[in-house]
Amino acid sequence: MTTETTTATPPVSALLAGKGRGIVDRFGDRALYVLTLAAALLSVAIVLGLAYKIVDEASSAFSTFGFGFLTSSDFDPVKGNFGAADFIYGTVVSSFGALLLATPISIAIALFLTELAPRSSRTAIGTLVELLAGIPSVILGLWGIIILGPFLNDHFEPILHAVLGWIPLFGGQYGLVGMFPAILILTIMTVPIVSSLTREIFATVPPTDKEGALALGATRWEMIKTVVLPYSRPGIVGAVILGLGRAVGEAIAVTQVIGNTAAIHSNIFLPADTLASKIANSYQGAATDLQISSLAYFAVILFVLSLIFNSVARLLVRSVESRSRSSG
Amino acid sequence: MESTRKPEHPLLAARSGNLRRRRAANRGMEISAWVAAVLAVGVLALVIASVAVKGIGSISLDFLTKNADPNALGSTGGIGNALVGTGILVGLATLMAVPVGILVAIYTNEFASARSRNTIRYFLDLLNGVPTIVTGIFIFGLLVAGHQQSGFAGSVALAVVMLPLVARSCQEVLALVPETTKEAGLALGASRWRTTVSVVVPTALSGMITGALLAVARALGETAPLLFVSSIFAPTLASDPSQPLPSVPVVIFQFSESPEPAKHDQAWAAALVLIAVVLLISIVARILSARMRRRLGAAR
Repeated sequence: MTTETTTATPPVSALLAGKGRGIVDRFGDRALYVLTLAAALLSVAIVLGLAYKIVDEASSAFSTFGFGFLTSSDFDPVKGNFGAADFIYGTVVSSFGALLLATPISIAIALFLTELAPRSSRTAIGTLVELLAGIPSVILGLWGIIILGPFLNDHFEPILHAVLGWIPLFGGQYGLVGMFPAILILTIMTVPIVSSLTREIFATVPPTDKEGALALGATRWEMIKTVVLPYSRPGIVGAVILGLGRAVGEAIAVTQVIGNTAAIHSNIFLPADTLASKIANSYQGAATDLQISSLAYFAVILFVLSLIFNSVARLLVRSVESRSRSSG
Repeated sequence: MESTRKPEHPLLAARSGNLRRRRAANRGMEISAWVAAVLAVGVLALVIASVAVKGIGSISLDFLTKNADPNALGSTGGIGNALVGTGILVGLATLMAVPVGILVAIYTNEFASARSRNTIRYFLDLLNGVPTIVTGIFIFGLLVAGHQQSGFAGSVALAVVMLPLVARSCQEVLALVPETTKEAGLALGASRWRTTVSVVVPTALSGMITGALLAVARALGETAPLLFVSSIFAPTLASDPSQPLPSVPVVIFQFSESPEPAKHDQAWAAALVLIAVVLLISIVARILSARMRRRLGAAR
């Protein structure tokens, strides 16, 4: 080595202490740390700022109506009375309805992709299902109003009405827009999310457990029922909750198909409205400060719901992850 | 499978009078799983086919270059201004969200303690779970209330939607970079930032690009964050982000709410353009990600 012309290599102890390094490196390390820390703090600040801003905007509605807002179904901009009950009802019915349909379909798709599909086609089919999640909601909504709504109205709802009309759920009138197409659109939006999460959870089931069940003579379904599903249950619940969060917060596609008529009724074919859809529809044209504030109150409800959904789902998914790590 | 076949396991045969029923249950499950998968792929095909069939008729050079005016009666020409607007909105949002997202991911993967890593992940997941319409209200209150709508506010809203997507996917790919690769860089005497910039990030680059592309695809189709902050626009070509800018999803939304069939035709054509771009970007992103995973898998 020719060390005559360059400076001698500093001793190892000095290197470890950070001495003898170029000023560029010392500055670079510091700068990278500060820069990345600032970005991380920014992302936390965005969430806190968002919460503060919507709570602040909702404050006048909150001080006027208090928690009674949640149970009052009076939403009358002319009289200045606002309440969220009808919209909460619409949100609950549309999102639970969607998850009622989406959960079994998603679990079946995830099982198909992890246990049944020919290995060569798994990636392709999985990708196609995930592409469904990539379709912009405004396009699903457009499809919902112009194609799905009229199709249901002409071909599906009359049959359901004739056969099951004695159940209040399916009785009464039906039309081009309403709760039912909204449920179907939300189902289409949540299936890809829930199925891809569920698929990841199924992939963590220890193969030895599955092989054990098969070796004991279980059929594939019995193996799934006794090994895969019990093992994945908390994770599946977490995935469904995340899907629920998506369904509850979807504004655009829902506002396009649901009919934007707030009311509480048992018939799922009638027009309804949801919290998110009402915000999309009325925030811009709100006439009074109190109305704007009431719609911000809606936003606070949605934010609190997403806070709850995310926290619960996180705990559930984590419990599966930590178990799969400790068991192998 | 024929039900008359004898069970293959002689030990089991003695106790399996109900074998036929068990096999039927198994078959039933397999068929329902197939049906569910076919249903999902079928819906995807159906939506894309409807958009293609309904939209293709109105696509022309004029449609892509003339400007949209939701307030005009009947057909209003095209979506030229909306295409330009979407390009600017999403471009600015990408310039904001991607660098910040990458920096957040570097922080959590290289510097953060386990505790603060979990906290930041929690906040990112929370931000990802916030309904985008609520993001719209937030940005309205932050940047539009008291001022006026602007393309800049719209791109900030889109950046807020993109940030958690970019950050989370970058975290995942950075975690894939083998510890040994990092240690090799440090062992050669390279400083931390040197190792990060010239070893870790390049190794994960294609994965990070994938994450950014998927976030762009998502932002291209977002309507809700723009609805209050950049939706009242002039029917002319505009590129100044201090003014409200039109965008393809908002135009589709406004046209779809119109009772006029001519507007619906335009909405379909705009949807076809949007869905083609979004799907193309998603597919490219997935190919890149598969390639990267293969390479990192082989390196280990």
